[in-house]
Amino acid sequence: MAIDFDKHLGVLPAALKLQSRRTEVIAANLANADTPNYKARDVDFRAALAQAGAPGSTLGLAGSNARHLGTAGGTAATDDSLKYRTPLAPSLDGNTVDAHLEQAAFAENAVRYQSTLTFLNGKFRSLMTAITGQ
Amino acid sequence: MPSFNIFDIAGSGMSAQSVRLNTTASNLANADAVSGDPNGVYRAKHPVFAVAQPGNATPGAVAGASVQVSGIVESTNEPVKRYEPGHPLADAEGYVYAPGVNVVEEMVDMISASRSYQNDVEVMKTARDLMLATLRLGQ
Repeated sequence: MAIDFDKHLGVLPAALKLQSRRTEVIAANLANADTPNYKARDVDFRAALAQAGAPGSTLGLAGSNARHLGTAGGTAATDDSLKYRTPLAPSLDGNTVDAHLEQAAFAENAVRYQSTLTFLNGKFRSLMTAITGQ
Repeated sequence: MPSFNIFDIAGSGMSAQSVRLNTTASNLANADAVSGDPNGVYRAKHPVFAVAQPGNATPGAVAGASVQVSGIVESTNEPVKRYEPGHPLADAEGYVYAPGVNVVEEMVDMISASRSYQNDVEVMKTARDLMLATLRLGQ
């Protein structure tokens, strides 16, 4: 009986990739908090993850024809998933970064990333248990 | 794993904010440096920030855009003319010229720069922690 890593790990690798990308986007927002005309952006997580495959299903697109091209582990985190934030209080210099909002989003994303890591660790541990039988 | 790009982004933010802190320090230090010549008076300096797009990327296409200081502009505030005939630097009519530095504005700028710098430091710290946690995956 072969162990299918993709099936066993489920949506977690794609989520991890997406969360690491979101870290980068929010870091850029915070770095540009004082840059005139900079527009804050964020990853539309739900849409991007749905694109990568629903939880429980295998990642990638379903093919109904043998000649369909497969996707290698989902194509999450493309630039299409980036959306501009709607500013609550637009400033005169055209900057739409709300530092507090970004800080909150960054903290939230860091915790989510860490919990994904924890879940992945659990998956690996159960694999190790299956392999060693102890 | 969060890419190493984050360190570049946060680092660019830190260096830009430290330039801003530098100019603020210079402006505050020279706020009282009077001169007898209105053209020789110190003028407040302010950095101009711009988004740094890597290479030939179209604006808005890249997720992690760092920040750069595109230049430093001098304030157009007129020097403040003061009548102080006893001042050693006073001109023939007894006037000295003080720089038009707005000290309150500079202090606010300083606080804003220092907060932004702290934000970037926190981003860097968190990214480092997340990367280390990723490296420990499966152990």
